[in-house]
Amino acid sequence: MAMRIVAESARLLGAPRLIPIASAHIDGALYHGDSGTLFAEKLVEGGAKVAVRSTLNVGALDLMGCSRIRLEEPQRGMARRMMEAYRKLGCEQSWTCAPYQAGHRPALGSDVAWGESNAVVFCNSVLGARTNRYGDFLDIACAIVGRAPDYGLHRPENRRGRLIFDVSCLSPSFLASEIAWPVLGSLYGREVGNAIGVVTGVAGHPGEDALKAFGAAAASSGAVGLFHIAGVTPEAPDVATILAGPEPEAVIRVTPQMVAKARAGLSTAAAAKTIDAVAIGSPHLSAIEFDSLERLIAGRRLAVPIYACTGRHALASLDKDGRRKRLEASGVVIVADTCVVVTPIMPDIGNGVLMTNSGKFAHYAPGNTGYAVLYASLADCVESAVLGRPVFTDIAA
Amino acid sequence: MSAAAEILVPGRAGEGEALVLTAPISFWGGVNPKTGRIADVRHPQHGEVIAGKVLFLPGTIGSSSASAVLMELVHNGRAPAALVLHEPDAILLLGLIVAREMSWETPIAVRLDRGAFDAYRGGAVSVGADGAVAVAV
Repeated sequence: MAMRIVAESARLLGAPRLIPIASAHIDGALYHGDSGTLFAEKLVEGGAKVAVRSTLNVGALDLMGCSRIRLEEPQRGMARRMMEAYRKLGCEQSWTCAPYQAGHRPALGSDVAWGESNAVVFCNSVLGARTNRYGDFLDIACAIVGRAPDYGLHRPENRRGRLIFDVSCLSPSFLASEIAWPVLGSLYGREVGNAIGVVTGVAGHPGEDALKAFGAAAASSGAVGLFHIAGVTPEAPDVATILAGPEPEAVIRVTPQMVAKARAGLSTAAAAKTIDAVAIGSPHLSAIEFDSLERLIAGRRLAVPIYACTGRHALASLDKDGRRKRLEASGVVIVADTCVVVTPIMPDIGNGVLMTNSGKFAHYAPGNTGYAVLYASLADCVESAVLGRPVFTDIAA
Repeated sequence: MSAAAEILVPGRAGEGEALVLTAPISFWGGVNPKTGRIADVRHPQHGEVIAGKVLFLPGTIGSSSASAVLMELVHNGRAPAALVLHEPDAILLLGLIVAREMSWETPIAVRLDRGAFDAYRGGAVSVGADGAVAVAV
C-alpha cells in the first residue's frame, strides 16, 4: 500500500523515477478525525516498518502530562491509538514540529522526505538538505519504502532562486528586532507564493530561531518550501551563485509601508482592551527561547497564562535545574508534544483574545481556536500577560 | 459552457453548485474537517461550506496536513462533489489517493486553467467521470 501511494504520487507529479532517502519527518500522527487513525492502523496490520530514520511531528495529546488537553472520548482514544500506531511503525517519539532542534539534522545535499510545512522549509533552506513539501500520508509511505519521487526540490536545478526579496530599505534597528523575521516571513510567503526567492540586504546571520520563525510564517501565508538568504543560508553564499539566470525574474523591494501592512495583517483584534492568554512556541520553543522567556518574566506573576509550546527535547533541560517549576509558578503553562492550535487546550470562551509572537500562530489561531489574535514581540507578549491587557512597543520598520 | 479537463485523480462523477475560491487556501487550518466550512477568517470565502459543492481551487498554500483534512472530509461525507484545480497539488490530492487505498468512495479531481473558472461561478456544475466540466442544465 505504501509503495502504491508513493508510485501514484510520482505519477501525479510527473516524476520519472524514485530516489533513495536518508530520513523522514512524519506529520501524519495528528488526529483530525478517525480516517487518519484507520490508515495508520492498516499500515501496522500489514506489518509495515519505516526503512529510514523517521521523527514524528506533534500529536493531539500531551503525553508528557504537562498540560491538560480538552479532547473528549471517543476522540481522545482515537488520537491515542493513532500515536501508538506510528510508534509501532518504528517512528521516533520526538513529537515536535522543530525536529531540526531535537537532533534530526540531515546533511547538506542529502535527499529526505519531510512533512510539516515549517520543518520542510527549515530543512531545505537552513540545513540545505533536499525535500519537497510532503503531505500527510506520503511522508510515512516514503519512510516505509525508503524512497521518494524524483521531482521538485530534490533536483538541484529546481532549487535556484528566481525572485529577489530585497530588505535593504528597512532600518537596521527593525531588522535586528525579534518581530522582523516573523513579519517579513508572512509578507514573503504572500508575495512569492510557491516561487523560490533570495532575500538580500541582510547584514549578518540573524540566528537559527529567527530563520525558524521566518520560514514558519512564510510557509503559512504561502506555499514556500525553500528560501535563500544571500550570505546566510548554505546554498546562497551570494546572489549570483544561487540565481537561476543572470537576472532575477522579479525584484520585490520591501518598503516600511509593506512591513507595516503585513504586521497589521497578523492581528485580527486590533481594538482589544484586554487579552485572555498568550501563546508562544510555533514552531516549538528552543532552550534559548526559554532563556529569553524566563529573563523577560523576571519572576513576576502573570495575570493571564502564557502557553509555551515545546518538544520533549527542550523539556529535559528545563526539568534539570528547576526552571520548569519556576516558570509554572509564574503562570506559564508548558505544553509538550503538541500545541494550542492543533488540539483543544485553551478554554473555549468565545470571543477570546490571544496574543502571540509567532507568525504561524497568528495565521492559524483564529480559524482553529476561535480566539482573535494580536501579534507582538515576545517582550510585549510577556508585559501584556503580566498586565492582562495589550501593550505594544513601537518598532518602526 | 463545457470543457474537457485532465483527470488528476479518478473518482466519482459529481454535480453541485460551483464554489469558486478567489484566493489560495490551506485546507488544514482553513477548512473545518468535520463540517467542510471555510474557517480561515482572512479568506475571502470565509464561512462558505465546501461539502457537496464543485470546488474550484486557484491554488493551495500552507500546511502539509491538507491531505489529512480532505481525507477526513471524504470519510465523514463532507467532501466536495468534485474538485477542479488550476494545477496538480501533491499535498491535497494525496487525501484522495489514500482514501482510495482505504476503499472509500472519493470525488473526482480534475485540472482546469483558473482563467476558465469565472464561467462557472454561481451556477450548478457537473464534472463527469471522463473529466468534462459542464454547466448543468
